[in-house]
Amino acid sequence: MLGWEFPPFISGGLGTACYGLTKAMDRLGMEVTFVLPRMVESRYATHVKLLSPDSWTSAATFMFSEMKNVRFHAISSALQPYSTPDVYRRQIEETLRQKQKMQGGTISAASHLIRGDDYSRDMYTEVHRYAAVAAELAQNEQFDIVHAHDWMTYPAGIAVAAITGKPLIVHVHSTEFDRSGENVNQMIYDIERQGMERADKVIAVSHFTRSTIINRYGISGEKVEVVYNGVERNGNWSLAETGINKNEKIVLFLGRITMQKGPEYFLQAAKKVLEMMDDVKFVMVGSGDMMHRSIEMAAGLGIGHKVLFTGFLRGEDVQKIYKMADLYVMPSVSEPFGIAPLEALNHDVPVIISKQSGVSEVLMHALKVDFWDINEIANKILAVLKYPPLQETLANHGNFEVRKLRWKDAAAKCIRIYEETLVAV
Amino acid sequence: MPSVCFYFQVHQPLRLRHYTVFDQNDRYFDDYKNASICRKVANKCYLPANRLILNLIRQFNGRFKVSYSITGVLLEQFLSFSPEVVSTFDALAETGCVEFLAETYYHSLSFLYSRDEFVEQVNKHIETINSYFGQKPRIFRNTELVYNNDLAALIESMGKFDAIITEGADHILGYRSPNFVYQPKNCKNLKLLLKNYPLSDDIAFRFSNRDWPQWPLTADKFAHWISNVNGNGNVVNLFMDYETFGEHQWEDTGIFDFMRHLPHEVLKHPDNNFKTPSEVVQNYQPVDTVDVPHIISWADIERDLSAWVGNAMQSNAIHELYRLEKKIKQTADEKIIADWRRLQASDHFYYMCTKYFADGDVHKYFNPYDSPYDSYINFMNVLDNLHSRCSRQARAEPSFPTPKRNTTECFFDVGSQNKIPPDLQPAK
Repeated sequence: MLGWEFPPFISGGLGTACYGLTKAMDRLGMEVTFVLPRMVESRYATHVKLLSPDSWTSAATFMFSEMKNVRFHAISSALQPYSTPDVYRRQIEETLRQKQKMQGGTISAASHLIRGDDYSRDMYTEVHRYAAVAAELAQNEQFDIVHAHDWMTYPAGIAVAAITGKPLIVHVHSTEFDRSGENVNQMIYDIERQGMERADKVIAVSHFTRSTIINRYGISGEKVEVVYNGVERNGNWSLAETGINKNEKIVLFLGRITMQKGPEYFLQAAKKVLEMMDDVKFVMVGSGDMMHRSIEMAAGLGIGHKVLFTGFLRGEDVQKIYKMADLYVMPSVSEPFGIAPLEALNHDVPVIISKQSGVSEVLMHALKVDFWDINEIANKILAVLKYPPLQETLANHGNFEVRKLRWKDAAAKCIRIYEETLVAV
Repeated sequence: MPSVCFYFQVHQPLRLRHYTVFDQNDRYFDDYKNASICRKVANKCYLPANRLILNLIRQFNGRFKVSYSITGVLLEQFLSFSPEVVSTFDALAETGCVEFLAETYYHSLSFLYSRDEFVEQVNKHIETINSYFGQKPRIFRNTELVYNNDLAALIESMGKFDAIITEGADHILGYRSPNFVYQPKNCKNLKLLLKNYPLSDDIAFRFSNRDWPQWPLTADKFAHWISNVNGNGNVVNLFMDYETFGEHQWEDTGIFDFMRHLPHEVLKHPDNNFKTPSEVVQNYQPVDTVDVPHIISWADIERDLSAWVGNAMQSNAIHELYRLEKKIKQTADEKIIADWRRLQASDHFYYMCTKYFADGDVHKYFNPYDSPYDSYINFMNVLDNLHSRCSRQARAEPSFPTPKRNTTECFFDVGSQNKIPPDLQPAK
């Protein structure tokens, strides 16, 4: 299995998903070799025990004590975490624009120029370096199938599959259209499409994503299967005393603060809510390239004192914030799945989710809105805050519903797809 | 000699429009949607079904009989959106083979929350039916066939009724059959007619179900089942939504053809006949008393109230609604009172039902909202606005000891003296 990040070293839902899926596969007795592109720093040690070696070579092997059938390979590289594609994209686009200026606006010509050796230090190169090392590593490994998670690992997946002749499965947790709207980075799109085309099977995290794969990437529908994510239910957040004594309602935004997650709709809805109700705080947990703009926007709307930015939170802090929250809002513009609402429900926090999300396909006991409809978002936020029976019913039924979404089922479905693929080959 | 007693429930709610917390006006109802649904159902069901029933009555020279309960909220909609339906019901009334039943004008659950309000709504309904169809109903059916001993006692004390109709639920009957007339416990004169739910549901729910072993249901097969009651019952009470014909069961399922042939097949057997509820009550004496201490209804397998007040949202919404009663009535504002009453329709609470929600069954089919949560939010926003209208009026009162009245309000007042809103005055 080729992954990009793994808890606790995560910056988004991808790591959580890989963790849940791998752990469930482990329980089902599936042997997994998990290849990670980056070094693990021991200062992040949390409740998950790492059997980590002291010295890092170009490919270090280690295991999590709780997963007996999973071995991890970390490839020493300078790769940045998940959120960087956006940064890279902007850097590249900036360069591209400068280039266009110099060359008099020949866009198509310029986009050809961007390829290749000009940008030896960009993410694109790193992805290919990861591919090269992974391919080398694969020659000494025994496995039956290659499972690659998201575009950064597709070149590696293609390389490994090509060298070993094993079938390739690509798992689409998000697409370039989710991350960048219509302004897609052509390079990433090409990598994604190549990965999907070369794959024997494509796994999409929702029907929402499946239709993007079919419509935008021209992949045949027969090849694309939907496997919904699950949610990890660990009952060990016994934070009996959080020391929170609040007389204000708390509405939570938790996720990367990027265009894809719709932070500006959250803030505009917050403004509308505050016009009707005073004792509410809006908490934005996470970081991202829209964070500064969001802070400015909150100030510009005159609600700066009502909006708190906590930055990126981990582990117990996340649980604490869920414990405090009265409501979780996910106004994503385009969300392939969205695990966070499931985690909120796991903590008995009711959720408002955008209809433009994969998770809205599996959650019935959630309030659903169009991400752009700030009036309706505010309307629903106010309703949850004003009417305790609504909050209670949503939380109770939602919590119950989430229990049915198990990683075990997701893993079992992946294993079934493996078996089908192997038979077909 | 089983008599077949048909009673059709005729009702459409006034659906609310999308009403957010930011809306600050008193237009709560979705006129466009209500009009288009009313016209659609009129064309698919009410008009063709009424025509069919009328033809059957003529064809059998009065040997075929049915009864209806039409809610006041639907009559109002007919008058606004498809008045021709009212004249076809009137034509049916004139045959003398059609009985109209009484219920709460607003299709409400008021019996459970306010007895005063309940009695007012029943009286309003009786007067409305009388003014349109020239009959003073003698048989009462409560909204959703909600029933218990207390209801029977209240209805008997009103002194206007001969019988109540309710569900023939297994747990109130035990070993007994619904095919007899019963008497409610502690009642002296009032009788009880119980729905034969297996045979009613064969038509209303299972008629077009191809997985049902008895599909396709033909008129002679059904008539045979009715004849089987012979010797073990007096009356087969077939109670169902009128929308069964053409709306719940589409025309292409053959439901109209089934009905067209049914009277002939039933009357083939010389012992069989059709009777209206009042005729049933006059012809048959109660065989036993039925004790119903707990509330029953005709909904779902539970036959209880859980479809309307089963979760916290529903019970909150309905309690908040009836809590306003005093304030609302103090305003003496006809418009405010009418809006409050329209919000009492049981449908609004049914939409908030989370039972089976995830399975997407019958509850979903009749629901204009995407989710029960949306319906609760909408309802509470409207209720909030209604409340603020009362408070506003209450504040305005002291400054106007005799409130100024505009033409419209005077108009409404005239209507209230007749106990029928002006829009329901029979057109002369």
